[in-house]
Amino acid sequence: MADIQSPLPGTFYHRPSPEDAPYKVAGDAVAVGDTIGLVEVMKTFIEVNAEIAGTFAGYQTENEAAVTAGQVLATLDQ
Amino acid sequence: MTIKRLFIANRGEIAVRVIRAAQELGIHTIQAHSEADADMLAVRLADEAVCIGPAASKDSYLAIDRVVAAAKQAGADAVHPGYGFLSESPEFARALEAAGIAYVGPSADTIERMGDKVAARQAAEAAGVPVVPGSKGRIATVDDAAEVAREVGYPVMIKAAAGGGGRGIRIAADEAELRKLAPQAQQEAQAAFGDGGLYLERAVQSPRHIEVQILGDGETAVHVYERECSLQRRRQKVWEEAGAACLDDDTREALCASAVVLAESVNYRGAGTLEYLYDAARNEFYFIEMNTRIQVEHPVSEMITGVDLVQEMIRVCGGEKLSLRQQDIARSGHAIEVRINAEDPHMQFMPWPGKVGAMRLPEGDGIRFDHFLYEGYQIPPFYDSLIGKLIVHAPTRDAAIDKLAGALADLHLEGLKTTAPLHLALAADKDVRAGDFHTQWLEPWLEAGNLAAAAEKSAGKPETATTGGAS
Repeated sequence: MADIQSPLPGTFYHRPSPEDAPYKVAGDAVAVGDTIGLVEVMKTFIEVNAEIAGTFAGYQTENEAAVTAGQVLATLDQ
Repeated sequence: MTIKRLFIANRGEIAVRVIRAAQELGIHTIQAHSEADADMLAVRLADEAVCIGPAASKDSYLAIDRVVAAAKQAGADAVHPGYGFLSESPEFARALEAAGIAYVGPSADTIERMGDKVAARQAAEAAGVPVVPGSKGRIATVDDAAEVAREVGYPVMIKAAAGGGGRGIRIAADEAELRKLAPQAQQEAQAAFGDGGLYLERAVQSPRHIEVQILGDGETAVHVYERECSLQRRRQKVWEEAGAACLDDDTREALCASAVVLAESVNYRGAGTLEYLYDAARNEFYFIEMNTRIQVEHPVSEMITGVDLVQEMIRVCGGEKLSLRQQDIARSGHAIEVRINAEDPHMQFMPWPGKVGAMRLPEGDGIRFDHFLYEGYQIPPFYDSLIGKLIVHAPTRDAAIDKLAGALADLHLEGLKTTAPLHLALAADKDVRAGDFHTQWLEPWLEAGNLAAAAEKSAGKPETATTGGAS
């Protein structure tokens, strides 16, 4: 199990926009560099990208939740 | 003064600004705040504070019902909306009116009319104020758009009637592009603003953004001269000046007079700004839109005239007449404001909501720093990145730029990364010194690496200390 942490504080989104599907669902393959979510900081959207490869296990932080830097957003199975 | 208890429905530096103005007028202040803002400076300065909801703006500062209920409960007789958030919402103004609470701004009808950019354009034309050549009103069909474009000439800007502030704009270089972009622009506008209406304007080449500050009491209006705001990144102003050094006196006079005519024609009450595009090559100005609120950059106008715009807007919205006649408003010297944002200018302006460590602030005659910082304050990540405005005033523009460079060098905010290095680099730039820029100048300057070059040049000078990552 590997953790994907938030690089910054802000608001976490699972989806590119409210009308889109979430970036990943459990079971999806994740390659290095894949975007798994967005953190909105001071009106700017920052992509959260996977730094290792694996299989998406699930989001650990709810959609639109406030997050701190370092908070675990999602986990990967390897 | 009929206003006795003022509710401030905003945050950050403008909330502090409003509290200071109100307290000087002897008015009791009630500060609204989200859960994430319980520690903000405005809360500490106000006479009372009220929590209006969780961190997310949509559930707090933008939640009309919550804000109105809180103001009512606190026994407020007036609400100041600041800028952004609900400050240009006719629904908010109406809800306050229904609750029997005064609104520090113009009537809901005026906000609504000037908020519709087509109606505002038509009001300007009716008042004899020049507008950018373009469509008479909303364009009904793509064929109509093509006809208008043929008359005014390409390139044209396709603009959303419910847009404003640089949003909902597409540029078409020819008819084929126009026919492709117009339907897209309409869908986007519908989705973003709930109104797909469009209008057309000729795209002015390398315009300067010049705006005029006005004050009105519902009958009479006066101007407080103009501001030069062409230095913008992603349509956000970063550096603003009063006055616009590129204008000769006759043009300035005509520009400011036109703003007063328009403000009076709509019975404007409060502080407002009329924005124009200025075509230096033709020495022509064109009205583009009106902002029916106080603006971020209002301090530069205050510095060159001595007028307190926030106090004046509170007074007139409390029922008083304007305390100044036009002949009482004289301008002197030159003022420059630079926006200090919590962003890393060397990392594509990445947001940097750090914790404020030791602060040393520039002081002296003609130096003003409007902010909401204190040692130990944790900047929240949920709102925009503006953390302060550094304003200088001097007898000439040259002296103001020199004073600005000195003040920036004296500004030390430990624990933060800010856009101060950007402003230092701009102050040292020859084009900026010559006043030789326009709305399309800053972004190419940044892309060409001028900021990085300036940073290298000043390497060796102490940088503000940083913590190891945001907390």
